[in-house]
Amino acid sequence: MSKSPKTVATRRQFLAVAGSVASTVFVSVRHASATPASMASAIRQVTGEAVVQPGKVQLDVPPLVENGNTVSLTVSVTSPMTAADFVKSIHIFNEKNPQPNVVAFHLGPRAGRAQVSTRIRLADTQTVIAIARMSDGSFWSAKADVVVTLAACVEDL
Amino acid sequence: MSPNLKRTQWLAAAAVLLGIAAIAEISAYAEILLGERRSGYADLAPDTKAMQDDDTANPGMLWVQDGEALWNAKSGAANRACADCHDDARATMTGVAARYPAFDTKLGRPVDLEQRINLCRVERQQASAFAYESKELLSLSAFIGKQSRGEPIAPLADERLRPFLEAGREQFNRRQGQLNLSCGQCHDDNWGKRLAGSLIPQAHPTGYPLYRLEWQAVGSLQRRLRNCIVGMRAEPYEYGAPEYVSLELYLVWRARGLPIETPAVRP
Amino acid sequence: MASALINVPKKANRGDVIEIKTLISHIMETGFRHSTTGVPIPRDIITSFVCTYNNEEIFRAVLYPAIAANPFFIFTTIATESGTIEFTWRGDNGFSATESASIIVE
Repeated sequence: MSKSPKTVATRRQFLAVAGSVASTVFVSVRHASATPASMASAIRQVTGEAVVQPGKVQLDVPPLVENGNTVSLTVSVTSPMTAADFVKSIHIFNEKNPQPNVVAFHLGPRAGRAQVSTRIRLADTQTVIAIARMSDGSFWSAKADVVVTLAACVEDL
Repeated sequence: MSPNLKRTQWLAAAAVLLGIAAIAEISAYAEILLGERRSGYADLAPDTKAMQDDDTANPGMLWVQDGEALWNAKSGAANRACADCHDDARATMTGVAARYPAFDTKLGRPVDLEQRINLCRVERQQASAFAYESKELLSLSAFIGKQSRGEPIAPLADERLRPFLEAGREQFNRRQGQLNLSCGQCHDDNWGKRLAGSLIPQAHPTGYPLYRLEWQAVGSLQRRLRNCIVGMRAEPYEYGAPEYVSLELYLVWRARGLPIETPAVRP
Repeated sequence: MASALINVPKKANRGDVIEIKTLISHIMETGFRHSTTGVPIPRDIITSFVCTYNNEEIFRAVLYPAIAANPFFIFTTIATESGTIEFTWRGDNGFSATESASIIVE
């Protein structure tokens, strides 16, 4: 039985409608209540009144993720990691999850290399910021934009 | 190797292939050509592929590790471990997951691997069956499944499976639910295209039970089928329903030859 | 105890920077989800992860709900001497888990 062009077109229409229905229902279920202001305040908790300079930090996140539940992230900081000059801590923030903090890593000269990988959750397409505190008290940062797509079909709990 | 032995092997292989062909006649439905089939793995983002490929980073391996502990733990009134009858799973379970669902003579119908595990628990260990989607059942299924990793999916050419295979094929191609969609409309006719931002896979169950990023846990093929059925706005069957097993049987027949990837990672 | 997968090289040369991978089973319930009937699901997460090398802290992480379920970390340390590398996770509802691995440094 071969498919007539009319049947194929009808199926395409069906899928287009199904797709928009699925995505509309899904977007209304998710909530994201953090704001750029709450992220700025969370950052200030760490940095105080110190100036945060862009640089020295590399934030490696995929630009487009298949699922916001598990986003691979690697953050690294250019530093000799000696007792005299090392990365004390790295803090990750986001702007659209319900909470602005993601994780804080505490390192030291024994790390050898200032590089940590983990998996995070992102509720929506947004910017992720990494801030490194150096042993000399200075702060450096990097940011990355991530597009988050949602699953097409909802699972009943 | 003597020429006679080689000829016997040839005939055996030919008989198996003819048997499979006899079970599943050329379908009237528009199925994917054998040469065009691809596992969902091929379309994963690089980070998700890396997660699946690295046993030290694949969250599914946590369930495999738990499964190994369960395999060796004595259980039930018979105080027996799986290992007591089946020895080292690395040796004895190779290829097992690749040929499920398989026909159970006593029940007179096919059972999937999770059902087989529970049958062994109840009948051989005199223990209670594990609940569907329980951590224990998924862990054992993941551990056993992993012993078939790399093996081609090979449902047995068992004539008794034929009516169930046909039932599964009919189900796959039947429109259902409020959206009046059949599985085939997405997964045979429109694979590779996108539905609301997600890529439509061909839907071959090569890596079950698998770690789904959406679930943030390992889940069974039945759970995934229920997701799809709910997604189509149709009423899902109860866990363990024979309709799932028929559908699973059709799906593995449809995926025959593709290598097992358990524990896979999927979005 | 929660299932965990640790990856530490068994052997290393003194001074080498070695990579350590840790993966632990945990739902990391954010506290922001609701059940289908609208009842909030309480938060249940791992809040801290500490790694020590012969009892000296070499790495620490403070986790928030935005860390994905089954928390996974890759970090590095200098192989200084043979001994034991210990990992401790602590979290909500009294959650506690420890693992350890030996390393030979020559």
